[in-house]
Amino acid sequence: MSHFLDYAIPGVPYGCDFALMAVGLVLTFRATGVFNLAFGAQAFTGAFIFDLLVTAHHVNQWVAFMVAVLVVSPLLGLAFDRFLFRVIPTASTTAKVVTALGLLIAIPQAIPIIFRNTTSLQTTGFWLDPGHVYLNLAGSPVNGGQLSTTVVTLAVAAALVAMLRFTAFGLEMRAVVESRRLAQLEGINSKRTAAWAWVLSSVLAGLAGVLMLPLSGGNLVPSQPLQFTTLLVFGLTAAAVASVRSIPIALVAGIGLGILQNLITGYLPNSSILSAQNVKEALPFAVLAGVLLFNRELRTIEVSSDPLAACDPPPPLPAVAIRDPRLSVPMTWGFRLVVVGFLVSAATWVPDYWVTALASGLVLSVIFLSITLITGMGGWLSLCQASFAGLGAFTAGELAAHLNLPVLLGALVGALAAATTGAVIALVAARLSGLLLALFTLAFALFADGLLFNLSWLGGGNTVVVPRPQIGPVDFSRGDRNFLGLAFVVLVVCAILVKLIQRGTTGMVLAALRGSPTAAASLGISMLRQRVIIFTLSAGMAGLGGALYGSLLVRVSSLSYLYVYSLAFVVVVITTGSRSVEGAVNAGMSYAVLLLILQTYFPHYTGLEPILFAFGAMTYAAHPEGIVEYQKTRWLNRVARALQALDARRARTAGPDPAGPQPATVGGDISGA
Amino acid sequence: MTDPAAGPAAVPILDVAGLSASYGTFRALFDVSFRVPDGAVVALLGSNGAGKSTVARVVSGLVPSTAGTVHLAGTDITRMAANRIAGQGLSHVPEGRAIFSSLTVEENLTLAFRRAAGRKRIKDLLGRAYLAFPILAERRQQRAGTLSGGQQRILSLAKVLALPPRLLIVDELSLGLAPVIVDAVYDGLAAIRDAGSSILIVEQQIDRALGLADEAVLLAKGSVAWSGLSGEAAAAMDAILGGHGAVDPGPAPTEHEEN
Ligand SMILES: Nc1ncnc2c1ncn2[C@@H]1O[C@H](COP(=O)(O)OP(=O)(O)O)[C@@H](O)[C@H]1O
Ligand SMILES: [Mg+2]
Repeated sequence: MSHFLDYAIPGVPYGCDFALMAVGLVLTFRATGVFNLAFGAQAFTGAFIFDLLVTAHHVNQWVAFMVAVLVVSPLLGLAFDRFLFRVIPTASTTAKVVTALGLLIAIPQAIPIIFRNTTSLQTTGFWLDPGHVYLNLAGSPVNGGQLSTTVVTLAVAAALVAMLRFTAFGLEMRAVVESRRLAQLEGINSKRTAAWAWVLSSVLAGLAGVLMLPLSGGNLVPSQPLQFTTLLVFGLTAAAVASVRSIPIALVAGIGLGILQNLITGYLPNSSILSAQNVKEALPFAVLAGVLLFNRELRTIEVSSDPLAACDPPPPLPAVAIRDPRLSVPMTWGFRLVVVGFLVSAATWVPDYWVTALASGLVLSVIFLSITLITGMGGWLSLCQASFAGLGAFTAGELAAHLNLPVLLGALVGALAAATTGAVIALVAARLSGLLLALFTLAFALFADGLLFNLSWLGGGNTVVVPRPQIGPVDFSRGDRNFLGLAFVVLVVCAILVKLIQRGTTGMVLAALRGSPTAAASLGISMLRQRVIIFTLSAGMAGLGGALYGSLLVRVSSLSYLYVYSLAFVVVVITTGSRSVEGAVNAGMSYAVLLLILQTYFPHYTGLEPILFAFGAMTYAAHPEGIVEYQKTRWLNRVARALQALDARRARTAGPDPAGPQPATVGGDISGA
Repeated sequence: MTDPAAGPAAVPILDVAGLSASYGTFRALFDVSFRVPDGAVVALLGSNGAGKSTVARVVSGLVPSTAGTVHLAGTDITRMAANRIAGQGLSHVPEGRAIFSSLTVEENLTLAFRRAAGRKRIKDLLGRAYLAFPILAERRQQRAGTLSGGQQRILSLAKVLALPPRLLIVDELSLGLAPVIVDAVYDGLAAIRDAGSSILIVEQQIDRALGLADEAVLLAKGSVAWSGLSGEAAAAMDAILGGHGAVDPGPAPTEHEEN
């Protein structure tokens, strides 16, 4: 028993930190409908500002605390509310998640750049000295960091619960949480109350960040804000246990998770697959996945509790393209010209380092096509595509190393392995949709990072060599020009495959039912079949692309396929356009080219490119078809309209039309059909 | 405040003029004009999908209008936020669930009464509401979501009865209720009128509404098809819904009384 307590008690402070995140998530989600994944970034910001003030500017820690937690954090939350989420109140939960994902990726990259400080966070303590043992609980020493975290959390949580339960403001907030509009009919300023919810939850996030500092022993590195994502994942697991509804349950669940993860450290052996470290890493996956699958109450979280939801207009439809045959011919030829020009240039005059970038753009496009399948066609948000890619790469690498399998064959086996995994995920998560499915895939990504990619027969967390292929006399390891050709061929095959699926039965059914699961249910159509097909194909394609990517880089490790890449990939593709093959290729090429430009001209700033794309993600709610697609349609429509106006003028000057001016919309369309 | 030619009594409590509204690209209201005289009960009738609820939502600020004006007792409330309109003395009981199901009965009432400042006054009002509807007193600590449909409607009426608004808009209040409860609901509405509120009743079940109303407005496909005294409404509806086309659009809206 005392052994149990030895491990349980040190887990409590961690749990408190998770609990703060969980409570904040519940609060924002209920009051504003935003499942704020950017919370991890907010926690990071709080910790960073606090550390910056204390370490670099030698500010008194209480002042620093005030600034970081009570000024900067709430301002950040208010900015989110005012400039992002309030602008998109009618957007789907998924759209809001994508926006939040963009922030989650961008902020931890942006903050160190803004403050020109990329050293690690060094502050080890807040309030009580973590180096000092303040009391002994059941024989285990409790240091200042642990004590202050626990005390502050419990005090803040108690104050929050009391405020919600017993004050007039709390009553108003609970009313807004249930229905923004019904509350307004009672004379409550819902916008202001929701803004307060943002302020409060952002304070909690900042607080969680600052309190995390002493627990991590001062080894948080801004360029690796992963600890904060882990913090976020534990937080959202606790929130999920509470059905993203009950604040007290979220609190208890958070603390419970902290204890659990510490117990694992104590009780599991330190060798074997089930080593404490591995299991600890995979714990969020297991718990999150379990909660998502078995907490039935969660399944209704996207069903609005607002009886006045009927006041909302339907979501905006993507702009309809005006088709003018005079445009389609030059466009087809223009496209062919670009492709041929690209290939010829790549084969001849383009400098080597550009060839490498272009080749990686093509390979990334293959991975991104898997997102076109799953998100563009299926409408499902998958946050584990990089893990599928990793699965493909490590399989190919291991097969080449141990069985001497040719790498292209290995890549196919890798794709198969990824596809199987995709199918299993689709089957296991058959009952989940929307946000829950996205979180489930995120859980899988964490599982892959924490456990799967640490297995000795899948890289073991070390560098894996994925050799360059050799087909007959052609050796792809000599320069990247050959490899670019290979990547191009693979991309074309995959693109054709995607187009075929789009036009096939699966694509038709999905297009008809996308975003309308009620329609699907009422038609008696089970989405499961379609979902399994799409997940399988998409995972397979990601696996193939991942293996190719590995072969391009030759040396890869699990760091190359971290789950943050999954998040970044989704954001990139969705921003440029997830509905079409062109969108994925645009995304892949621009990602690679942008990366090269940034590395060449801004070598000191790593991680600029996710920022750009992440800010692009914020346009997703307004233009779900993707910003590039949207602009393309807009410009094409402009040209088409100009052509039609020209027609109309010509018709008028040619002779007075007895029928009067014609509606200048579909003239070209009909005559061309 | 008021036009010198017209006495204060002539200022209608609600004056809707040329109102249009859309849900995204779908246009739901076309140039709707009608008035609710001060102290009167007006029935807003029409078939399913005619736009009755939309009128109620636009008036109370839940849905923005695209054209036209809404005046509440002479004050322009067209672009006001819903919570400020509520502060002006308009109470809208929307169709369907109109109470906070996660709050207790007492919290629902307290929320409605909190504008009447002072703890003691809130206590008074709670007492008044419980006196009028003893069933609520029995369930004061129960979550409102656990009440039956009829009890929920009674809860929404209790809020207004204890603290009568200047204008009450009720949307499909009797929908899906047993006849006995419909009686109770309409008794409650009559009591609210007697307490000094003007009422706009939105109903598909016209008989009950016309029994209480002084005047009626008939909506069809987002426009006013007829308006007049409630006694003549039944005949007019037969003519319009059974017959064809728009009949007399009713008394044309005159210029608004502005400050
Ligand atoms: N949120 C909405 N989005 C799109 N159309 C809506 C929405 N709410 C109502 N409508 C449409 O507006 C019209 C009027 O609806 P409503 O005012 O609810 O009618 P009523 O209350 O008379 O039955 C109907 O055609 C309805 O389909
Ligand atoms: Mg209605």
